[in-house]
Amino acid sequence: MRQQLLALLTRGPAHGYELKQGLEQLLGSAYPQPNVGQVYVTLGRLEKSGLIEGEDVEQTGRPNKRIYRLTDAGREAVAAWFEDTGDEPRVRDGFFMKLALAPLSGLADPIALINRQRRQHLNTMRSLSRLAAAEDRDNKIAQLLIEGAMLHLQADLDWLERCQEELE
Amino acid sequence: MRRKKRKGDGGGTGRPVDPPGDAIVHAEGLSKTHRGDRAPVHAVRDVDLTVRPGEFVAVTGPSGAGKSTLLHLVGGLERPDAGRLWIGGERVDGHDEARWAVLRRRSVGVVFQFFNLVSHLTVADNVELPALLAGASPRAARASREELLAELGLDGREDALPAALSGGEQQRVALARALVNQPALLLADEPAGSLDGKGTRDVLRLLARFHARGQTILMVTHDARMASAADRVISFFDGRIADDAPLGDPAPARPGVTGVLDLND
Repeated sequence: MRQQLLALLTRGPAHGYELKQGLEQLLGSAYPQPNVGQVYVTLGRLEKSGLIEGEDVEQTGRPNKRIYRLTDAGREAVAAWFEDTGDEPRVRDGFFMKLALAPLSGLADPIALINRQRRQHLNTMRSLSRLAAAEDRDNKIAQLLIEGAMLHLQADLDWLERCQEELE
Repeated sequence: MRRKKRKGDGGGTGRPVDPPGDAIVHAEGLSKTHRGDRAPVHAVRDVDLTVRPGEFVAVTGPSGAGKSTLLHLVGGLERPDAGRLWIGGERVDGHDEARWAVLRRRSVGVVFQFFNLVSHLTVADNVELPALLAGASPRAARASREELLAELGLDGREDALPAALSGGEQQRVALARALVNQPALLLADEPAGSLDGKGTRDVLRLLARFHARGQTILMVTHDARMASAADRVISFFDGRIADDAPLGDPAPARPGVTGVLDLND
């Protein structure tokens, strides 16, 4: 969560709860909701490493809140993060190893493995469809996140089909 | 190969003599071989299939697996070489084209990948025609057409010719035409196969809506996102059913379902 929090702070100083809400609004319900405790712990670590600095602000009748702002080093870290390209998704190596080793083990039928895996993918696809329907239609970022997951799953299902064509 | 058989599906030995009374589709030993200039293609081989009222069944598989042929056999658009077929309890594998035409008009709606609307008829006429052919009064045909077009978001498009519509709109007209006689069974052959993302989502949403109201649907698709809207997915390989899986009814997606992120495991 380090990078997301740093990137959110580029738009201006904020306290922990605001950052948590900012992430939720941006990414929608498909993304695991950040735990507020985790947000505070991460902010503490970022402060220790000099990427952000915090300042306590007094509030009447309530505990102080700590407002964080990016340091120059923090801004550089965000820029470097944007420079980096993401990793490619990996083939489902756990499943692939089972498929590769099933015939010689004599303990599992590869086609049965494929069928079971397909059932699971289809059920996940169904959950994602429902998630997309339940998510705010106008939240493009959240919709794209779900669509990305669905397209990956579609590719995995296509690949299972290829496995089945070759191994049957 | 593990093949889960439901009670009453028949299969292998010990096939039931009579179809289950409540089945919308019941097929036993359905086979079809295409014979052209090249080697014969065994598109559908000895397939048993039962679809019950209210089910939404998707058939998926690679192109050339025979899934469209299976759908065509069930809709009487092609004739099987062997096997028996019942639609709504009526034995139909011996029907000639005229009887199939009557049956489709009354009980089986079909939508195709390329819509197949009548190009020189307006949207309204395309939808009303099957109702009139089935014996509805012009007034009743018109009322059904108005209701369906409104439901499908095509208000104001009644007088357009199909060519003036987007692909997604044409497919919605085709859906209205297929449903105008309230058929017991809706057959859909790659209904989103020639649509863009938005058109696909629209068709999917509408199929899900009609299904929720009890419409029985048998759909062929290569698109897993389409298939996952069904409550049962049949994987078709090389003319045979490789798997027949009921999709679970997962708990409503809770906020932050971690499955999305687990996809990159």
